Amino acid sequence: MARAMTMAEKILAAHAGLQEVEPGQLIECDLDLVLANDVTAPIAIRTCQEISDTVFDATRVLLVPDHYVPNKDIKSAEQAKLVREFARVQGITHYYEVGCMGVEHALLPEQGVVGAGDLIIGADSHTCTYGALGAFSTGVGSTDAGVGMATGKAWFKVPETIKFVIDGTLAPGVTGKDVILHIIGMIGVDGALYKAMEFTGSAIESLPMDERMSISNMAIEAGGKAGLIPVDDITRAYLDGRVERPYHAFYSDEDATFAEVIRIDAADIVPTVAFPHLPSNTRPVADARDIKIDQAVIGSCTNGRLDDMRQAAAILRGHRVHPDVRCIIIPATQAVYKACIDEGLMDVFLDANCAVSTPTCGPCLGGYMGILAAGERAIATTNRNFVGRMGDPTSEVYLSSPAVAAASAVLGHIGLPEDIEEERS
Amino acid sequence: MKYSGTVFRYGRDVDTDVIIPARYLNTSDAQELAKHCMEDLDATFVERVHPGDIIVADENFGCGSSREHAPIAIRAAGVPVVIAKSFARIFYRNAINTGLAIMECPEAVDAISDGDTVSVDTDTGAIVDETTGQTFQAQPFPPFIAEIIDKGGLVNRWKEKLA
Repeated sequence: MARAMTMAEKILAAHAGLQEVEPGQLIECDLDLVLANDVTAPIAIRTCQEISDTVFDATRVLLVPDHYVPNKDIKSAEQAKLVREFARVQGITHYYEVGCMGVEHALLPEQGVVGAGDLIIGADSHTCTYGALGAFSTGVGSTDAGVGMATGKAWFKVPETIKFVIDGTLAPGVTGKDVILHIIGMIGVDGALYKAMEFTGSAIESLPMDERMSISNMAIEAGGKAGLIPVDDITRAYLDGRVERPYHAFYSDEDATFAEVIRIDAADIVPTVAFPHLPSNTRPVADARDIKIDQAVIGSCTNGRLDDMRQAAAILRGHRVHPDVRCIIIPATQAVYKACIDEGLMDVFLDANCAVSTPTCGPCLGGYMGILAAGERAIATTNRNFVGRMGDPTSEVYLSSPAVAAASAVLGHIGLPEDIEEERS
Repeated sequence: MKYSGTVFRYGRDVDTDVIIPARYLNTSDAQELAKHCMEDLDATFVERVHPGDIIVADENFGCGSSREHAPIAIRAAGVPVVIAKSFARIFYRNAINTGLAIMECPEAVDAISDGDTVSVDTDTGAIVDETTGQTFQAQPFPPFIAEIIDKGGLVNRWKEKLA
């Protein structure tokens, strides 16, 4: 009988061909999927080519140009071209061209590429998003990704796991984004450094998949290696009929050893905003109403999925964006974009004077499509608010849920949806 | 390897966006990236840094993005080694993979000041603050990681393995 293990330990053991592993152990694993984007793939491709003429499996190397496409400038165009040509030569089945693409961590789950129990590395820090589907997925640099593309293997140090138990009922208006901001505010930006995070409890079980992905997505913002959520009926409903390969649910043993178990009462979580310049610098939205904003960005791998669009539209319906604010909405994938049209959300956005963009990571990382001038402030549903993240080093980014960002766009300052009616009366 | 240089001392949570802002990620050319290294944290770093100088920082150095451009930019700017209390995990891997030496040593970080002259031996983990005469010992790498470093990075390790 193998030792009692956590979900993370079990997935890693299964991919290392071992009965059991323990935290601290250095292991070499077989990878299910290796991904890179237009910023990280060029270096990864060079690395891959140094080792091998071909990728280990053309169906398991995923290339998603999303950061600077549609091409921002000539240099970006060259990077995208390099990725495109490599994908053609190698016969990469999961290469997504402009017009089919989306922000990678929204796109790949949606397209059924990612399954529970998978071991995935991606040359993008938010690769941890797929933890919401019960996969162990983690961000790496281009060299690790390039070696993975060539060999299908990577080394891992088995991480300890911090288990979060969030029981109770989340108040109306409190979303997955508020849950993860609350957690990062509690434990800090290195609170889970070198560790896996596992999110459990009745409040997590009640969340739809899109909001679970927002939680797992930001595990890296606490330094976490993975952000796992155990497979349940909601996961199965999402995966069944969508995922291409058989998937496997792994669960932490009841007597598994955790680095720490942190219990949170769901009722203690309120709509939350992270002030500059760290995601851990959190405050209740209710205490941030004096912050005037110049821009609101709703989108990204954190909050650019259909539920996020619906939540933003529910607030914007019948209102107009404040005249001093630019509101930029970026559905994260082509399918989300189309659903926004089909469901009438696009009319809501356009009638509210929002600018709606084709999928891109663009403004989240200060790439393009909404760069801030000196001293400007944005509220964004993105994941990082570091110095200069969205533009000039003196600009500021405040992180929130889609509903709060939408309400703030209407108000002209950070605020809650209910403030809109209150300020009108 | 032995290095000696002037210290650039920074605080905690030095993130990859200030090490190399994303607005410059439309290239992976090391020398291009080096021109903008640390730009949003220390605008004059690139003008002041000399080959062999050393970055010393508090906890969680390199947090944020997975961009390997960050250790590449630091190394191309002339800095061969970063000493910190701790490193963000993706940066830790990237540094080892790209040949930027990293040393974890909280005691040294607490004692070393900006502008000090510091010598290090990355093979033994010895750190000497030549300005104050204090000596420190960094935590050794696990053998598996030491092997990757000895082989000159992950790519070389694989080339050797597949040869």
